[in-house]
Amino acid sequence: MSATPKGDQGGTREDATKTKPGYFGPFGGRFVAETLIPALDELTHALETIVHTTGFQTEWRDLLAKYVGRPTPLSDAKRLAHSIDPAGAFLKHLYLKREDLCHTGAHKINNALGQALLAKKMGKRRIIAETGAGQHGVATATACALFDLPCEVYMGAEDVKRQAPNVGRMKLLGATVIPVMSGSRTLKDAMNEALRDWVTHVGTTHYCIGSAAGPYPYPELVATLQAVIGDEARAQVLAAQGALPDGAVACVGGGSNAIGLFGAFLKDDGVALYGVEAAGHGVHTDKHAATLTAGRIGVLHGSKSYVLCDDGGQILEAHSISAGLDYPGVGPQHSYLKDTGRATYVSATDDEALAAASLVARTEGIIPALETAHAFAKIGDIARELSAARGRAVSLVLASSGRGDKDLATYLERLEVFRDAH
Amino acid sequence: MTRIDDCFARLAASKRKALVAYLCVGDPTEDESADLALACVRAGADILELGVPFSDPTADGPVIARASQRALAKGGGLGATLRVARKIRAQTDAPIVLFGYYNPLFVRGEGAVVDAAAEAGADALLVVDLPIEESLPLRGAAYAKGISLVPLLAPTSSPARIASLQAAAARFPGGFVYYVSVAGVTGNAEAPLSVASTAAGKLKATLKLPTIVGFGVDTGDKAKLAAKDCDGIAVGTAIVKRIEDGASAEVRLASVTALVAELRAALDAG
Repeated sequence: MSATPKGDQGGTREDATKTKPGYFGPFGGRFVAETLIPALDELTHALETIVHTTGFQTEWRDLLAKYVGRPTPLSDAKRLAHSIDPAGAFLKHLYLKREDLCHTGAHKINNALGQALLAKKMGKRRIIAETGAGQHGVATATACALFDLPCEVYMGAEDVKRQAPNVGRMKLLGATVIPVMSGSRTLKDAMNEALRDWVTHVGTTHYCIGSAAGPYPYPELVATLQAVIGDEARAQVLAAQGALPDGAVACVGGGSNAIGLFGAFLKDDGVALYGVEAAGHGVHTDKHAATLTAGRIGVLHGSKSYVLCDDGGQILEAHSISAGLDYPGVGPQHSYLKDTGRATYVSATDDEALAAASLVARTEGIIPALETAHAFAKIGDIARELSAARGRAVSLVLASSGRGDKDLATYLERLEVFRDAH
Repeated sequence: MTRIDDCFARLAASKRKALVAYLCVGDPTEDESADLALACVRAGADILELGVPFSDPTADGPVIARASQRALAKGGGLGATLRVARKIRAQTDAPIVLFGYYNPLFVRGEGAVVDAAAEAGADALLVVDLPIEESLPLRGAAYAKGISLVPLLAPTSSPARIASLQAAAARFPGGFVYYVSVAGVTGNAEAPLSVASTAAGKLKATLKLPTIVGFGVDTGDKAKLAAKDCDGIAVGTAIVKRIEDGASAEVRLASVTALVAELRAALDAG
């Protein structure tokens, strides 16, 4: 089932952004060891011949409805909007697309269920995944429990520490969590290790990538499975206010929830798209994860995109208080949307995200994930800018991509920051 | 005739197999890497693969990944590898392959890398994460400077992919083919080397290029097995492990020399 009425599609995403196969403009491609190419060919074939079939779509959407709880609601965040703009001068409506209400607490389950179902149909007998914040790991572990597939999740040792509740959830769901001790011990290193596992067990194993990154066809596969966010949101905003929103806003690490939201609006020229990256201690320091804002074009984890790297081409360690955004790369479609000007990317610091989380909790009764808090942190700036350009107060839709239970320890540790913010 | 073509021609004429030795440049230091590489040549290595350390070596097992981290911590990278190549070139005519990942090359610029590699006396580039489809611009730029791009093929490579490599090899001839013995990362103890050698031998006939087998070759017996139907073998992890384990420069030099000599003797006895 889809919340988007027939005849009101936002246009085919492929037309809007694809150039040569496997590329978004100059970004994307497949930069992997030869051994993996046939597996990527196999997955591309499966994406073309299985994912778009009625059979697959029916089965997957049935799961989204009866297991995930879709469609997720669209909430009109009146108190938050009022607190950001008490005079109603620039922010008319702030709609929240409530992915935090998905089973397992984030949008990641949309993709994980789709890929697990696909893996099953491809005859794969084992699933591996990487995870940063643990949300994709939990989602994959959940899907694997449901489909009776063994699941191993690679997670940076640093993230295992700071996202302990999700580690516990994965274990309870029957998955094996493998702490990764190499490099910066975060998401990038977890992805390295997952790639090493995949290259070694490529015949039997499906690598369930959680972000809209990686070698082709992953960016497109993940965007396809997350498109449900934007498809629903577009129809819901239309129903709520009789018009499209002025802007759509989402946080961007690798960029899966953002690409899911943006997809439906790509052809709606009147809808401005905003991605919010993690600025950590600030984009002018060496402790941030704002790849699109402060990075350069490079090749990481199989695709050409913006990356954080030094002049010698060595990938730099990212920093963010949010494990899910703590990644020195970004999905190639976001790089293309940035360079073509279709989307605008800004960044929020650790402290701005913490303050925003506190504000959202107190005004809307929603404790957002730290990742999502970055998007909330920039609502005021974005609304002001867009309102100035359009000469009226604007309406925004924000992907409330996940809930903050997993971040409780960080929030409680940083309570003094919250107090300072108020 | 390039140094690589010449090397394989001489080996073929004397019915010997190529011994390709890899080490990660800058582990433990640039100077010692040069000394160790030259020691490999003296002990019987025909071709040197100078590993360019990279922050995210996704095709490497833990031994080479650790060496890469150590080298980077000391300021290693493409620049240091080129310096070491130049130093080695001043003392030997053994072919030098710069072996690494794509991002350091991409960031520097393909044309600039090829110029710098030629200037340093390197003969080939091997870029682990640059499959044939993405490699044509670099292959062309390198060819223009007399440098070849060594392709990797794996047990999973389909006939269609081999055909596309064949087309590229016809357009930009020279160099050799590196056949990865096993689906996996470097340093795999379980690699099916006999099967790999036979497959590599068949590719040699198809591609009209010398073909060597690598991944999982760490003893004389395995070297012999891996080389039986093709033109030679590559050894990397076993060398890097000895460098990691050696307590002093003297111990490391003796230990690496002994390994290469053992492999050489086994290949020549075959």
